[in-house]
Amino acid sequence: MFRRLEPQRATLSLTVDGRAIDAAPGDTVAGALLAAGIDVTRRSPVSGTARGAYCGMGVCFECLVTIDGVGSRQACLVPVAAGMVIETGGARRALAEAPRHG
Amino acid sequence: MAEHVDLVIVGAGPAGMAAAVEARRGGLSVAVVDEGPAPGGQIYRNVLEGGARDGILGADYAAGRALAAAFLASGAAYCPEATAFLIERRTAGGFRLGLGRPGRPAGVLVGRAVLIAIGAQERPVPLPGWTLPGVMTAGAAQTLLKASGLVPEGPVVIAGSGPLIPLLVTQYARAGVPVSAVLDTTPAENLRAALPHLPAFLASGYALKGLRLLAAMQRAATVHRHVTGLGAEGDAALEAVRFTVRGRAMRLPARTLLLHQGVVPQISLAMAAGADHRWNAARRAFEPVLTADGETSLPGLHVAGDAGGIAGAAAAEAAGTIAAAAILRRLGGAPAEGAAREAAARRAFARALRGRACLDALFRPDDAVVRPADEVIVCRCEEVTAGTIRALVRRGAQGPNQIKAFCRAGMGPCQGRMCGLTVAELVAGERGISPAEVGHMRLRFPVKPVTVADFAALAEDGEG
Repeated sequence: MFRRLEPQRATLSLTVDGRAIDAAPGDTVAGALLAAGIDVTRRSPVSGTARGAYCGMGVCFECLVTIDGVGSRQACLVPVAAGMVIETGGARRALAEAPRHG
Repeated sequence: MAEHVDLVIVGAGPAGMAAAVEARRGGLSVAVVDEGPAPGGQIYRNVLEGGARDGILGADYAAGRALAAAFLASGAAYCPEATAFLIERRTAGGFRLGLGRPGRPAGVLVGRAVLIAIGAQERPVPLPGWTLPGVMTAGAAQTLLKASGLVPEGPVVIAGSGPLIPLLVTQYARAGVPVSAVLDTTPAENLRAALPHLPAFLASGYALKGLRLLAAMQRAATVHRHVTGLGAEGDAALEAVRFTVRGRAMRLPARTLLLHQGVVPQISLAMAAGADHRWNAARRAFEPVLTADGETSLPGLHVAGDAGGIAGAAAAEAAGTIAAAAILRRLGGAPAEGAAREAAARRAFARALRGRACLDALFRPDDAVVRPADEVIVCRCEEVTAGTIRALVRRGAQGPNQIKAFCRAGMGPCQGRMCGLTVAELVAGERGISPAEVGHMRLRFPVKPVTVADFAALAEDGEG
């Protein structure tokens, strides 16, 4: 878990999995999530185990989240913006069921 | 439409910023593409806004501010938050770069010359439990401190080897952040190997700084030396760290485990572009083959800074200036007064390299670190274990490209960044040869996942 050294000057609000969290201008999405106590960003598409930010610099792709409807964004590279809607926990994508033809 | 410039620089760390400043002095049009939100790279992350933390981060960090300011004033076109996913040679000369810019229209840049200055990444540290949330690199934690003033809470354990560990522990001590233990995995025999390089190290700028940091780390935390058998334990997230010290098995509760085994060059762009690479046995890493001007085996494609071989920020800044001077000569814009700056940069580069061999020898990871036990996950994306890779070698897979095809190691979203070195080491170990003979798995464009629109935009260049 991570905490902020300095009192937050200006705060902005993000929605993470339907819950509002505070972030500071200059945070990356990954930083804001960690500061809010959220350390699981995605689930492995292979085994489904929980993963969190590992490298913090765009290399490991463990912090992939959905931001404003766009999937597989690297949370450690995206600066926060007021009103961002973030979904964590992305994993194996379900294939849409093929339409049945009579 | 594709945008045409004389020089495209990828990366806005010390090497990229210094190169941009020098190239602009010579009158070249310059575009700098960087994934970060502000200039500085990882070493000077957030340096323009982060002045309030100079007391914690130290003078070496604050020193980057002048360069970042000079870069922004240089007149180079600066494209932050953009990923260069492809560099290819054009038939009409020069290079084309594909840019991924999420949420914005795709971009194509054409440069007469290209400088790759994308720096280093943490060496992957495959050990049991390293995929658990709560385990991250020491560099990641330091980036959170620089960018947002974020520090870990709860029992913090820092493990591994390398100069970043005493630096981070010292920075945390200044910030009032307790570290419950430092688990130093530096092999005892490394001291002997480093000894012949000691005189050069003592004559370098690193010696006094290093000793001060080591003393500060000793005051701030319990340091266990010659640690082996490191593992992270936990159900859904990290709960404890296990290790062995002097034959005794130990276990410490932990909320955060920060791993570090030095840093290695980021080779994806240069290798995918087709530049020759070689194994550096002293550093246990692949590096692009470079001339003294930082030029790769592809004329016009240069690499400067840690992406060309780990030497630190001062060397990177000098290498950026040297590469820009060489590119100016090639493109015919070298200013007369640039010769003195280039000569000064070459002196600074040599000075920065002094003592580096000692650090390389002292912090060289041993087989136990880079060739993990069979049960350890090596490829985090595809969850391939060391045992699977060894078994494939025994069944006849001779190299990393075959391994990749058989078990998908290196085919996940990180594209081998987290497993490429380990796969080469494991194949080498199993076959009883050097990673130099094994080689690195082939890296290909796009080096990062991009949208189809980003890729399609490359056609805008209208040139083969």
